[in-house]
Amino acid sequence: MSMKIGEDKFKERVGKGIDNTFMRGAVAGAQERMGTRRENATEELGNWEEWRSHGEEIRKHVLENLDFYLEQLSENVAARGGHVFFAQTAAEANEYIQGVAKSKNAKKVVKAKSMVTEEISLNSALQQAGCEVIETDLGEYILQVDDHDPPSHIVVPALHKNKEQIRDVFAEKLGYQKTSKPEELALHARQKLREEFMSADIGITGCNFAVAETGSFSLVTNEGNADLVTSLPKTQITVMGMERLVPTFEEMEVLVSLLTRSSVGQKLTSYITVLTGPREELETDGPEEFHLVIVDNGRSSILGGEFQSVLNCIRCAACINVCPVYRQVGGHSYGSIYSGPIGAVLSPLLGGYDEFKELPYATTLCGACTEVCPVKIPLHELLHKHRQVIVEKEGRAPFAEKMAMKAFGMGASSPALYKLGTKFVPSVMSPFTDGDKISKGPGPLKLWTDSRDFPAPNKERFRDWFKNRDKGGKES
Amino acid sequence: MKVTLFATCIVDLFQGNVGKATVELLERLGCEIEFPESQVCCGQPSYNSGYVNETKDAMKKMIDTFIDAEYVVSPSGSCAYMFHEYQHIFKGDPVWEPKAKKLAEKTYELTQFIVDVLKVEDVGARFDATVTYHTSCHMTRLLGVKEAPMTLLKNVKGLKFTELPGKEQCCGFGGTFAVKMAQISEQMVDEKVLHVEETGAEYLIGADAACLMNIGGRIERQGKPIKVMHIAEVLNSR
Ligand code: SF4
Repeated sequence: MSMKIGEDKFKERVGKGIDNTFMRGAVAGAQERMGTRRENATEELGNWEEWRSHGEEIRKHVLENLDFYLEQLSENVAARGGHVFFAQTAAEANEYIQGVAKSKNAKKVVKAKSMVTEEISLNSALQQAGCEVIETDLGEYILQVDDHDPPSHIVVPALHKNKEQIRDVFAEKLGYQKTSKPEELALHARQKLREEFMSADIGITGCNFAVAETGSFSLVTNEGNADLVTSLPKTQITVMGMERLVPTFEEMEVLVSLLTRSSVGQKLTSYITVLTGPREELETDGPEEFHLVIVDNGRSSILGGEFQSVLNCIRCAACINVCPVYRQVGGHSYGSIYSGPIGAVLSPLLGGYDEFKELPYATTLCGACTEVCPVKIPLHELLHKHRQVIVEKEGRAPFAEKMAMKAFGMGASSPALYKLGTKFVPSVMSPFTDGDKISKGPGPLKLWTDSRDFPAPNKERFRDWFKNRDKGGKES
Repeated sequence: MKVTLFATCIVDLFQGNVGKATVELLERLGCEIEFPESQVCCGQPSYNSGYVNETKDAMKKMIDTFIDAEYVVSPSGSCAYMFHEYQHIFKGDPVWEPKAKKLAEKTYELTQFIVDVLKVEDVGARFDATVTYHTSCHMTRLLGVKEAPMTLLKNVKGLKFTELPGKEQCCGFGGTFAVKMAQISEQMVDEKVLHVEETGAEYLIGADAACLMNIGGRIERQGKPIKVMHIAEVLNSR
C-alpha cells in the first residue's frame, strides 16, 4: 500500500529508530531549533491564540461547505482553460496522470515536494508509464538519489540524514567529489537539477492551498524549485488532497501565515507562489497545459465523522516538532509517510487499522501536539478516540488486556471490591518486594521493572491511616 | 473551609506519605478534611486505553462520592483533570452530564486550590535544599495549572530553585504506555533523568505522583543520588 513504508513490524521499526543514535541526535537538535523559532514567530504576532481560532474557523467552514467550494474551484480552473480530474482513489489519480504522460509522450517528469503524491505512490506509477521522475526539492532529491529512502518528516523529509551521510550518498551515486559543506552539496544538486528542469516534459506539484474563488493554487517553499517546475515544462499537473482549499485570498493569507510561522518559524517563506491556470495568450511563461487532480483517497469518509477535524491539517509539522515520542524514535518508526502525531491520527484513517493499529498507542497523550497545532486539531483526543474505536468498535484489543480492563473496571466501580482487593496488595506483592521497592515485577509489571523500580505498596493504605487517625489513632 | 480529599489510588496504595502531607498541610491552612471511603480510582488506566464504556460505572461512582463536597482537592494534576474530563465523557447524558459539570466546578489540584481558592502564596514551609521541578503534562496542558506550584515553591524558605531543561517534555509515563510501549517510554524517562541530573539539584519535585513514580523509579534503578519528592511533602516541611 501506498502510504506504508518498509515491511518491518512496529516493534522492529521502533527498535531500529532507538538504536540510530545519530538520527536521534539530529531529530532532537532539529526539534529544539524549530521549536524556538516557532515560539518566537508566533509570539511576535501578539495574539497567536486569536490567529489559531481564526485558522480553525476557516478550516471548519471549508470542510462544512466542501462540495460548494470544490465545485467553485473546478469551474474556475476550467474557465481558465485548465483540466480538472476528481480521483476517488489513489489508483484513479495515478491512471489519470499516467494517461496525461502517455498522451504527451513524456519521458521526463520533474516534481516539487508533495506529500499527497507520496501518499498515492505517484512516482512508481509514472515509472511504470515509462517516465523518469526527478524530485527537485533538495531533501526529496537526496532521498531519491539514496535508492528512494522514504521521508521521515512531512516538511523536512531528509531530517534523519546529516551532511556527511549526504556527501557519501552523492559520492556513491553521483560521482560527487567535494566536501560535506552544505553550500557545496547544494550547488552540486542545483547543477544536476538545472539540466533536469530544462529537459523535463511535465512538471508535477502538490498544493498548499487552492483558492476556490479564482481557481488558483499556492505553493509555499524555500528553495524556488517549485517555480521552475511550474514554469519550464510545457505540461503541468497539480495534485491536491480534496480538503486543501480556501474560499478566497483573504483566508489563504491567514493560513499561509499560520503555516510558515508554525512550520519553520518564518514570517513568510522565501517563495510563496500563486498560479492560475495555463499560460494565457499574452503571458511569456508558464505551462501550455494545466491539470488539477483532486484526490479523495479516503478523505470523504472522514468528513462528517468524529475524526473530521483532522482534515483541518495544513501540514505544518509543528506537532511533529514537539512530539516527545517522535523525538526518541524518528519518522520511519511510524511506518507511514505521515509520521508524528498527525501521522498517528491520519495513517489509520487513510490506510486502515490493519497496517497502522499500533500508532494510536505510540503516545502518552501528553497534549504537546494539541497545544501547538495552528488550526486547533485536538490531536491527543483523536488518538484517544482511535483507541476507543479499536477497543469498542473494532474489538481488536488483546484478550488479556480486555480481561484486565474488565477486572479494573469492576474493581474501580465497586468500593467494596476495591477495598477488599487492595487490602491484600502488600501481601500479594511481598515476594517481589525488596525493602521499599519492587525491582522484578510479575506480569505486565515486568515491562515496567525491566527499566525502572516500582514502589512497594504502602504497608498501611492511606485510607487506613486516615481512619485510624480520625479515631485518635497513630499519626505519622 | 471543608475540603473533600480525592487522594487517588496511587497515593492510597503506594504513596501514602503524599496523602499524609496533603492532609497535614491543608489542616494547617485551616481546612477541615474529609475522606470519603467510597472513593476508588478516577478510571484513567482503562479510559485512556480506550475502554470508555467499560469505565463509566467507575466514573459514576466517583461522581456520586464527591458530588456534595464543598471543594474537592487532589494531590495529582492528572487525576484532578480527569474529574474535569467527566463532563465531556458524559456529554448528552441528561443525568450524568450536569452532575459531572457540577463536580468539575469544584475540583482542584492541590497547589491550584491553595493559591486560587485559599489565596495563600506562602504556606510557611522551610526546605533547605536545591530543587528542580517537573511540570506534568496533564496538569499544565489540560488542567491549565502552570503558575501555582512555582508561586508556592518560590516562597519556601531555604529552597533554592533551578529550572529543568526541556521541562515541557513528557517524562514517558502515559499510564499503560509505560508498559505497552516500554522501549519508547524508557528512552523518554532516560532523557528526563539526564536533564534532572544536569540541574545539579538534590531533589526533583513534582505535583503528580504518577510521573514521580516513573522518573523516581528510573533514578533509583540507575542508582543516581537524586531524591524525588511530591510538592505536598515539600510544602509540609518546616
Ligand atoms: S496536525 Fe496541526 S500541527 Fe500537525 S501538521 Fe497538521 S496543522 Fe500542523
